[in-house]
Amino acid sequence: MCGAPEQELSLEGIDVATETVIQGTVTRGGQPEGGAYVRLLDSSGEFTAEVVTSATGAFRFFARPGSWTLRALASGAQADAKVDARQGTVSEASISL
Amino acid sequence: MPRSNVLVDADWVEQHLDDPKVVLVEVDEDTAAYEKNHIRGAVRVDWKQDLQDQIRRDFVNKEQFEKLLSEKGISNDNTIVLYGGNNNWFAAYAYWYFKLYGHDDVKLLDGGRKKWELDSRELVDDVPKREKTSYQAKEPNNDIRAFRDEVVASIGKKNLVDVRSPDEFSGKLLAPAHLPQEQSQRAGHVPSAKNIPWSKAANDDGTFRSDDELKELYSGEGVDFGKDTIAYCRIGERSAHTWFVLHEILDQPNVKNYDGSWTEYGSLVGVPIEKDV
Repeated sequence: MCGAPEQELSLEGIDVATETVIQGTVTRGGQPEGGAYVRLLDSSGEFTAEVVTSATGAFRFFARPGSWTLRALASGAQADAKVDARQGTVSEASISL
Repeated sequence: MPRSNVLVDADWVEQHLDDPKVVLVEVDEDTAAYEKNHIRGAVRVDWKQDLQDQIRRDFVNKEQFEKLLSEKGISNDNTIVLYGGNNNWFAAYAYWYFKLYGHDDVKLLDGGRKKWELDSRELVDDVPKREKTSYQAKEPNNDIRAFRDEVVASIGKKNLVDVRSPDEFSGKLLAPAHLPQEQSQRAGHVPSAKNIPWSKAANDDGTFRSDDELKELYSGEGVDFGKDTIAYCRIGERSAHTWFVLHEILDQPNVKNYDGSWTEYGSLVGVPIEKDV
């Protein structure tokens, strides 16, 4: 499998201690934005991965420790957020369109 | 080949929604996407169920491909327009596959499902009914498919283009960053491969960059257009995207997609691997 799995916030079955998880939600006007595209960009701005948010606006990546930029794209809107990720922890980020 | 022969834009698709010669095919790994909605009239091809043999690791053979397209109601004289999620990765894989089995009149929707959604264009949930056909495929054209022995023999000779993300190339990650990382194969890349992520060929909205930008990208990263090229990634779908750029948009003659890619190469006994971490 190489495509993005359904985005849900449950971490059941995933060994969080070995993963560097970045997750959060995309909102527009305070409401969750389902179907938005979230791109994970590394510290040089290079594309690393992309997922589509769930109906509740949720997204998640399995990255590596370091600084990342999250870029959300939706119809007529775009916004960035920064996040510092560490192994063994779940780094939360929220993006407002 | 001009890109208009291999790519269509969303406006073109909207103008041809009722054209009986044109068949839209959505290709996804995430089957829920099509079920939720799709472009009107589009049929679905499931990358995993429909295009892969369910026992051996290989894609479906000529007879299986003929059966699939016949059941989908696709004829040999149809214009096939492929699109999908994941920036058209699986649609590009299917495109490569249609070409491999000799269907010449096939095109990609530039930007795929993402661009269509970002434009807020119409999506429906009605599943079209198409009459069964008797599709005839040609023998597979392996001039566009690379196998492992050729990849090993090409080290230091042909252009090897690793289109995974820089962290997968260096060996820091074994899978794209939207997936858990537990995997059995070794990390790293094929020696002498150039790391040119597939994403550099696309804009944020999933459309392909201009011909000039694409030429500059690959030559700037050390691809010698006078040599043969093999593209690979992890399972062969991102590299189908780059194969499409090099072979179909830039019209390079000898470009192959290595669909075994890193999940095969990284598991082979005794082959050389370079790792940067």
